[in-house]
Order: sequence, then C-alpha cells, then structure tokens
Amino acid sequence: MQNKVKLEQLNVHFGATHAVKDVSMDFFENSVTAIIGPSGCGKSTVLRAINRMHDLVPSARVTGRILLDDKDIYDKVADPVSIRRRVGMVFQKPNPFPAMSIYDNVIAGYKLNGRVNRSEADEVVESSLKRVALWDEVKDRLKGNSMELSGGQQQRLCIARTIAVKPEVILMDEPASALDPISTLKIEELIEELKEKYTIIIVTHNMQQAARVSDHTAFFYLGELVEAGETRKIFTTPDKKQTEDYITGRFG
Amino acid sequence: MKSVILRKGANMAMTGLMLAAALAVLVPLVLIFVHIIKMGLSSISLDFFTQIPKPTGETGGGMANGMAGSAVMIALASIIGLPIGIFGAIYLSEYGGSRISTVIRFAADVLAGIPSIITGMVAYTLLVVPMKGFSALAGAVALAMIMIPIILRTTEEQLKMVPGSLREASLALGVPLWRTSLKVTLRSAMTGVMTGVLLAIARVAGETAPLLFTALGNQFWSSKLTAPMAAMPLQIFNFAISPYEDWHRLAWAGALVLVTIMFALSLSARYFGRSRQKN
Ligand SMILES: Nc1ncnc2c1ncn2[C@@H]1O[C@H](COP(=O)(O)OP(=O)(O)OP(=O)(O)O)[C@@H](O)[C@H]1O
Ligand SMILES: [Mg+2]
Repeated sequence: MQNKVKLEQLNVHFGATHAVKDVSMDFFENSVTAIIGPSGCGKSTVLRAINRMHDLVPSARVTGRILLDDKDIYDKVADPVSIRRRVGMVFQKPNPFPAMSIYDNVIAGYKLNGRVNRSEADEVVESSLKRVALWDEVKDRLKGNSMELSGGQQQRLCIARTIAVKPEVILMDEPASALDPISTLKIEELIEELKEKYTIIIVTHNMQQAARVSDHTAFFYLGELVEAGETRKIFTTPDKKQTEDYITGRFG
Repeated sequence: MKSVILRKGANMAMTGLMLAAALAVLVPLVLIFVHIIKMGLSSISLDFFTQIPKPTGETGGGMANGMAGSAVMIALASIIGLPIGIFGAIYLSEYGGSRISTVIRFAADVLAGIPSIITGMVAYTLLVVPMKGFSALAGAVALAMIMIPIILRTTEEQLKMVPGSLREASLALGVPLWRTSLKVTLRSAMTGVMTGVLLAIARVAGETAPLLFTALGNQFWSSKLTAPMAAMPLQIFNFAISPYEDWHRLAWAGALVLVTIMFALSLSARYFGRSRQKN
C-alpha cells in the first residue's frame, strides 16, 4: 500500500501546552484511517497540522516533519495555500457559508479564488452533489439558502464543497458527531465510497464508527500515539493494554 | 414596622430620583428639537434647497451650495477614510495579534478623542499652508481623520464577531487569507460594518471646527477641490454670528436640515444593526 501522508516526530505546542508529542505514523492512499482517543488527547491538533491550519494560531508551534507524497509540507518553501488545496478538511459542526446559496457553497472553492467557469461550474456542482448523494434532495432548489438544509444535509454539502476542489487527502474531524443516526449512516456510506479516490483521515469518538469505516486505526493518549495499525487488529488483538482498555470502554 | 415603612419610602424616593435622572437625559435632545423646529421650520422653502446665499442686505436665498459642498467633502472623506479604516481593521482583526496591533488600537482610541479643532489645525499646517490656499480637499482630509478611528474600531469589532469556523472553511478550501478576509469574513460582517460607516458619516456631517481652517467656506458655487468650498455647518456658523435677522433665520433652517439628516443617518444605522441581529 502506497503511503500518502507521513508524520515524522511531529510535535505541536500551544504556548506552554505540549499537545502532540513525538508522533510518527503513516496514512495510506485509498484507505480510511481513524484517529481515536479520549477528549483532549490531541486528535484535532494532529489533523489540523496536516493542512497547516495551525498557521493562523499565533501561540501554536509545529515541529518535526509531515510528508505529503514525500515532500515536507512544513518546508520553508512549501506554500500553505496549495497544500490546503490538496488536503481538504471537513469540520465537526457543518459550516456552510450562510450568505451563499447551495450552488455557490459547492463551487465556493473556485468562486472565492475568483476562477469560475460557468459551464464547468454546473458540471462540478452536479457531480459533487451526486457523489455525496445530495443531488436528488436539492436539485430543485440549488439557488436556495444553504442554511435551510438539515444538519445532515449541510454536512454532506460541506463534504461536496471539499471534494469539488479535487483534493487528494480529506481530513474529517468528527464529521458525524452533530448528526442523527440516519444522517450518520449516510456519511459513513459516503466515506466508504470516497476512499476509492481519496486518502481519508477521520477523527471519531464512536468506536463502532471507527470499526465500521476505517481500514487503519491510531489510538492517541495524552498527546502521544499509543498504537497504530490495521483496524481489525487494533480492535481484536491490540498490542497495548491501554488500547484494549479504551476500546472496551474500561477507561476514558 | 416603622423601619419597613421607612425602607419602602426610601426605596420609592430613590426610584423616583433615578427615573428623573434618566428622563433628564432626554431633556436636552427634546429642547434642541423643539427649538430648532420652532425657529427653522418657517424658513424652509424650496429656495432654501435650490438657492445660494444672497448678498448682505437682500432677503431670501438658501444653502444649496453648502449642502452640495458638505456632500462632496463627506464623499471625498469617505473615499479616503473607508479603505484605510476597513483595511486597517482587517489587519488588526485577521492578521494582528502582535505588538503593533496594540499600538495601533491605542492610537486610534486617542485619535478618536482628539478635539476636532486640533484635527483642523493639523490639516491646515499639512495641506493648506503647502498648497497655498484653503481647499475642499483639505477639508475632506480633516473629516477623514475623524472618520478613520471610528470606522477602524467598529469594523474590527464586527469582524471579531464572525465565527472562526467560516474562516477555517474558506482557508481549508485553499483560499488565501487575504481573499478569505475580504470575501468571507468582511462580507459576513458587512451590515455591521455599514452601521459603523453610517455613524462615522453622521458624526462628521455636523463637524464645523475642522472645516474652519481647511475648506473655509464659500459664498458661491464651487466644484474645484483645490478651492474653498461651502459646507452646511460653516454656513450655519457664519449666518448665526452675523448681525442680520434674515441670515439668522437661514441658520435655523440649516440647523433643522442638518439635524434631520443626522437623525436619519442614526436611524438607518440602527436599522442596519437590527436586521443584522435577526439573522
Ligand atoms: N488553539 C489552542 N490554543 C491552546 N491550546 C489548544 C488549542 N487547541 C488545542 N489546544 C490544547 O491541545 C490539547 C489537544 O486538543 P485537541 O483539540 O487536539 O484534542 P482532541 O483530542 O481533538 O479533543 P476532543 O476529542 O475533545 O475534540 C488540549 O489540551 C487543548 O487544550
Ligand atoms: Mg477535537
């Protein structure tokens, strides 16, 4: 299996807080990797490091290397904007642009960058919405307000917006935690489908979800990577006692 | 028993006192309105809006050139002040966080508190003296100096209220920070920003002192930005201190129009603020 993203001794500090400690691991192409662990263990922080979201936080300091196709994204010459075009992100709370229509939300990545091509746009919007199984639900109200969609529809819209710009890696930070079971199921099916084209890294608090959707799982505790490996192995015969305790719900 | 009655009495007395104090706030405003309407309304006519002041001794005339001059200078001041205030606010809110932001914020607060006559004197030294003459341009610059800190601070506050999740959504799509700031953050805050702009315009619309040393005023029509230009507050001032009864009446009419305009600006600023809160 081809590795797509590689963390090498990644450390993230926020002022005096050492949030991620010496993490090294691989994320593979066309596979889903789940990041699990108790609240505050640094899952979101690791995820956000992979598309340089910490650049905006003055107190944040990232050291170590993150290789995307063997190139360090924290290299001095690396450009955060082009990295974010290759590494998209879906957030915990659906966050469509409230002032934009459904159509404009899907095409936002092009529109905000000032390079929309009318006929191409229609094509991108339709195919992106179809991929997230939202097309049939919204095709008659593409010019309608995105805030009138349900939470689950909004989240699928955000995923459509992310895949519309054709990233290579998609980061998802608890994408279904604000959703009802049916919407969650739809998102999970979607992830299953998306991995044919993308490398997916998903943070989740839901063990069943991790077991269902991921091929690989990484367990974090207090900012450290305790164990990473194939999901089946992590969930049946983990190497570390800590991992087993967490997965079986014996601590948390 | 007695103490309870006493306590209730004291409570009522204090409540009444505070209500009276609160109502006293309204008194100056009501006085101003009533007085201005009483003195000014009778002198308002079509002539007032279409004629320029008549030479001394003749009756009639209006403030058309003053109104146009004020509009021109406020527009010019906005052209100067809006970009500086808004872009500066974007820097403070979206890029800042360093020592220089704190300094700029403090400087803006000090600038906002500086008496406007001093702003006028500075504009006089910096523009009127080197350009060898009073000018509308110098007046506009003086007004812009008053507008900038107001726009800067209100815009910054509005930008800070935009949820971080929207910025992140845009950045994660590979949109550069400057485009995100303009097209997502500023756009989401637009109604609030407009409120601040309207308040800033309302504030400078009535400023007289900074124009005394800069635009100077003009009896006639003038469209040259490098020449003295009439302005409503200046005309009101000049007419009010003149010895002629007829000019006094014009001054009151001018005061009424000016206060009405400012009232309308404040109302629309409130309206903008409201409609923002609703969604
Ligand atoms: N912007 C920030 N400034 C300061 N500290 C931060 C910041 N973001 C995260 N942290 C700290 O870093 C640590 C890891 O936080 P992180 O959000 O990565 O946890 P998490 O595993 O995603 O938790 P959760 O499951 O609750 O989302 C925490 O101690 C948190 O307080
Ligand atoms: Mg998190």
